[in-house]
Amino acid sequence: MMEFLNFYLVPGVVLGCIYALGAIGISLTFGILRFSNFAHGETMTLGVYFTLSLIHLTGLHPLAVMPISMALTAAAVLGMDRAFFKPFRNSPTIMLVIASFGLMLMIRSVIQFFWGVQLQALQTGIQRPWVLLESFRILPKHVLIIGATVVLMMAVHLLLTRTKIGKAMRATSDNPELAALTGIDTELVVKATWIMGASLAVAAGVFLALDTHVETMMGFKLLLPMFAAAILGGIGKPYGAVIGGLVIGIAEEISAYPWIGTEPLLPPGYKAGVAFAIMVAMLIWRPQGLLRGRQF
Amino acid sequence: MEQYYGLFIYGLSLLTMGGIYAVLTLGLNVQWGFTGLFNAGIAGFLAVGAYVQAILTTPISRDHLGAYNVPIPLAMLAAMVVSAAVAWAIAKICIRLRSDYLAIATIGIAEILRLVFKNEIWATNGPRGVSQIPKAFETLPQPWNTLAFLAMVLGIVAVIYLALEKARAAPWGRVMTAIRENETAASAAGKNIEAFRLESFVIGSALMGLAGALLAQYLKQIDPQVSDPLTATFLVWVMLIAGGSANNRGAILGAMLLWVVWSGSEIVSQRFLSLLSSDWLGILTITEAGEWSIRFAYLRVFIIGLILQIILQKRPQGVLPEKRPKPHPRLRGDATAASQGD
Amino acid sequence: MTRVLELDGIHGGYGETEILHDINMHVDPGEIVVIVGPNGAGKSTAMKAVFGLLNIRKGAIRLQGADITNTPPQQVVREGVAFVPQSANVFVSLSVEENLEMGAYVSSADPGPRVEEIFQLFPPLREKRRQPTGSLSGGQRQMVAMGKALMLHPKILLLDEPTAGLSPKYRGEIFQIVRDINAAGATILMVEQNAKQALRIAHRGYVLVDGENRYTGTGAELIADDEVARMFLGGGRTT
Repeated sequence: MMEFLNFYLVPGVVLGCIYALGAIGISLTFGILRFSNFAHGETMTLGVYFTLSLIHLTGLHPLAVMPISMALTAAAVLGMDRAFFKPFRNSPTIMLVIASFGLMLMIRSVIQFFWGVQLQALQTGIQRPWVLLESFRILPKHVLIIGATVVLMMAVHLLLTRTKIGKAMRATSDNPELAALTGIDTELVVKATWIMGASLAVAAGVFLALDTHVETMMGFKLLLPMFAAAILGGIGKPYGAVIGGLVIGIAEEISAYPWIGTEPLLPPGYKAGVAFAIMVAMLIWRPQGLLRGRQF
Repeated sequence: MEQYYGLFIYGLSLLTMGGIYAVLTLGLNVQWGFTGLFNAGIAGFLAVGAYVQAILTTPISRDHLGAYNVPIPLAMLAAMVVSAAVAWAIAKICIRLRSDYLAIATIGIAEILRLVFKNEIWATNGPRGVSQIPKAFETLPQPWNTLAFLAMVLGIVAVIYLALEKARAAPWGRVMTAIRENETAASAAGKNIEAFRLESFVIGSALMGLAGALLAQYLKQIDPQVSDPLTATFLVWVMLIAGGSANNRGAILGAMLLWVVWSGSEIVSQRFLSLLSSDWLGILTITEAGEWSIRFAYLRVFIIGLILQIILQKRPQGVLPEKRPKPHPRLRGDATAASQGD
Repeated sequence: MTRVLELDGIHGGYGETEILHDINMHVDPGEIVVIVGPNGAGKSTAMKAVFGLLNIRKGAIRLQGADITNTPPQQVVREGVAFVPQSANVFVSLSVEENLEMGAYVSSADPGPRVEEIFQLFPPLREKRRQPTGSLSGGQRQMVAMGKALMLHPKILLLDEPTAGLSPKYRGEIFQIVRDINAAGATILMVEQNAKQALRIAHRGYVLVDGENRYTGTGAELIADDEVARMFLGGGRTT
């Protein structure tokens, strides 16, 4: 039982937090900009590499420099929107999807060009787990990740429900035509969406890097689970993305548990398949997701 | 003389790879150009075809499945069939999804397939891959073996082109165009949209499998990372869009053109770097040049991506815009054609 | 006295088509002006023209004398025109209060006091202020839509078929509300399918047929007119 909790459930929650933060951005982009942004994973990677360089420059803790890398990444994303997405604001969605596909490879290649492809670490040193109640073990960095995620989600919630721009974002996601008729500045809403999505993606990336390592493919590897989480929760619904992220993260980790006999239920090499299977199942059975997001 | 011969062989290899990519692009054109299906998992079907070819034709090995000693042409056919079967299974589930969902689903499929090829070591030798794949005409002396292989590839491209052009002018093709342009009208006209989409997806994937089989022979060895799946998928998409989507001639042109750009840029950057690290310029050391050559590879991807964005914004119809085929004279009065003309 | 709104010789449509042919209308301060006509007459189109949602090829639209022809909707809102579309006219996932707040988006002032005033105008909404608007009845949603449009004291309020799809009970309520809003000072231009009821509360009306002006007069005049009555007042509208 304790083994399950310590080695499967808790890592699942941690992974779920990471997926959730990334999926919120995808959900917001889909709801407000009306397309699936394939470059979202690379946004995450970019943020992590900015963080890496800032750490090398300042020697500070990753979380201390994260706000700066969020700002840098947000600025980069706004620039990319201007150059590659804005021309297609009133075009068929597929143009945006193709453009984001191209952008995904462009960002990745820029990262690889400047930073190289070898694995790196955000923090060095081995962490010792905290031991609570004699048998519950958790790594400090996992406490950090879960705690920081909770804080970020509360911030998102407050922003969306208490600020004018947040309400405008929800309104635009709900009905963009009416938003325009009401006088809402849709370009400002678009910018706010990119900033929020990018910042959360950076957080997700940094947390993943803290948990594992830094590599150029990390964003792409997260793309499928993030999309699955967003779809599971109901695309266009940020709160759904959180639920979706947690479900998928936990499902992925506990799929390796030896539920039957002594072998993992699912060979660990196929973990990525879990997210995919859940996504396909949702798309067939209940495409609007758990919280009834936008449908086709 | 030596230099020219080297250039000649290089030119042949350009055409051969360009031809293989043309098969891929034609396959994508069936799915995207004809029916508007966004397949972002091209690399998956390529890999399926390649592995089928490899497993069926390689001699015995204790590392992976093999030694079936299937003749090469038969293996190529099998590659097409297996790819088609995989595509059929996927399409049965996913064909109704709107384009961006289909894109993410196909990316997922390609990833899963890659994992299968990587993890099922008993069958595929995992990350180490399968080598010593028999190549058509390889018993001939140089340069005839290369020429013969090239001729085969180009012949296949020609056959596919003619078949697709014929299909396009036939009722089947015109229904496809109708579905792509106005699904509601086509559906109202009684056409079973889903069945057509399924057919299109399966046929396109079969072609991709064939390309995989050709690639496996050409490279004589494959592994799960064969030609960096994401880049390969991306390259094919740029080829189609640059050449002119919905347009078979454009697909072939785009494939050849982009392949020359892609491959040529590698040569150019190598030459550039060796110039920079040469004795008389001496700006870089040899080691530095080596590091930069790796980085330049990423730059090339960036440039291809930039080309795509520019084309999307400035000339989305590609180099060769779609020209509607004239219907077969016999069928001009066919009242069941769902759409006609421009 | 400058007219609040003038449509002067409007020719226009969506894209290449022309739906409106030489439309002339005006609204004076404090009036309720109604546009009626058979289906497909271009009533809603005329309203959309004011709001910049149409391609106007000839003619001019003036708001208190200033030309607003072909001005984009977000700008028209800032000029003081509020538009309540026929359907999807509230943000269903936002609460009633949030919908009203969004109505005041273009102003940087605190919307709080005005929200309270709107609740005075539509008392049933007050107790539902935090509920998602999607959970309200059709009639209540219409109230939210109108309240949202009134947040910034618009110079003119455009209502596109406010009673469409409502039960007779709510229809009467809505017309009463329109009267009340007008009494409180709002100038209103309204498109309506329920011509008779609408004309009863209107100061003046325009009858549009096939994208052209056909009749005009005071509400009472139009009701009394035989031609108009025969055309579609008698048959009325099937619920």
